[in-house]
Amino acid sequence: MKFGVIIFPGSNCDHDAYWTIQQVAKQPVTFLWHESHDLENCDAIIVPGGFAYGDYLRTGAIARFSPVMEAVGKFAVGGGLVLGICNGFQILCESGLLPGALMRNVGLKYVCKPVHVRVENADTPFTNVCREGEVLTIPIGHMEGNYFCDEATLHELRREQRIVFRYATSSGDIAPDANPNGSLDNIAGICNQGRNVLGMMPHPERYSEPELGGTDGFRIFQSLVGVMVER
Amino acid sequence: MKAYVYVSLKKSVLDPQGKTIQSALKKMGYKGLEDVRQGKYFELTLDGGLPRNDAEAEVTRIASEILTNPVIEEFQVRLEEQP
Repeated sequence: MKFGVIIFPGSNCDHDAYWTIQQVAKQPVTFLWHESHDLENCDAIIVPGGFAYGDYLRTGAIARFSPVMEAVGKFAVGGGLVLGICNGFQILCESGLLPGALMRNVGLKYVCKPVHVRVENADTPFTNVCREGEVLTIPIGHMEGNYFCDEATLHELRREQRIVFRYATSSGDIAPDANPNGSLDNIAGICNQGRNVLGMMPHPERYSEPELGGTDGFRIFQSLVGVMVER
Repeated sequence: MKAYVYVSLKKSVLDPQGKTIQSALKKMGYKGLEDVRQGKYFELTLDGGLPRNDAEAEVTRIASEILTNPVIEEFQVRLEEQP
């Protein structure tokens, strides 16, 4: 059982994710370079935050064509576990592994702060140690986190319970003023139909140790580790 | 030959940057403005190896597969022979 953390030129949360897996979750982990065609038998892949390829053209637009993402695509289609965080979420959307797109924040500002997200679906490999309706505090840090999809897709996401996290107040209300970026339906994270690919704007690796201000983010890693042990 | 690709957000997609520019222009006193949409513009220089129809098809492919995200954006292509 092994985690792989992808490094693109411009990734900057790769080491944080690596640290969390190695030092906090105490699991084997390796870095995977963007030019690699091989996922080195990893059982779960983290597509980390940052600015892959400088966010040139659009966030994630160039990264999606990298050799490693071709391998991740095949891995995901075969049921492999893939977690995209922030820029990783943007890359997964551009790659077509998740529907929709992440647009410029409605306020046109880079937003960097802890936010509350409500767990909408606790029956995924990424949230199985959480309770449905539970409110987690996890930081965001992004300029393009404004989730958008067409109405048919939103309907499908709701029907299939693929909206995993929504921005909420501390008491769990899905309110407009709890929405930091204008995301459709307060969406903070979604998964694919197979539930093996999750994209989320909040950074769970940044709230995985008490020294960093919170540990709610670690629940995502805990869930993944539990699933991997079972597998 | 030159190819010009104009990328804009679909009409159904809110354009917060366009809205901000519009309200700034209004505050500055510019008149007669109904809406502002912000987009992107690409200038591609072609090597002349492809006939015009094929070149247009190729640029359209580039625009739809890479230069735009079809979830939120649309584009127009214009080709121009160089003197």
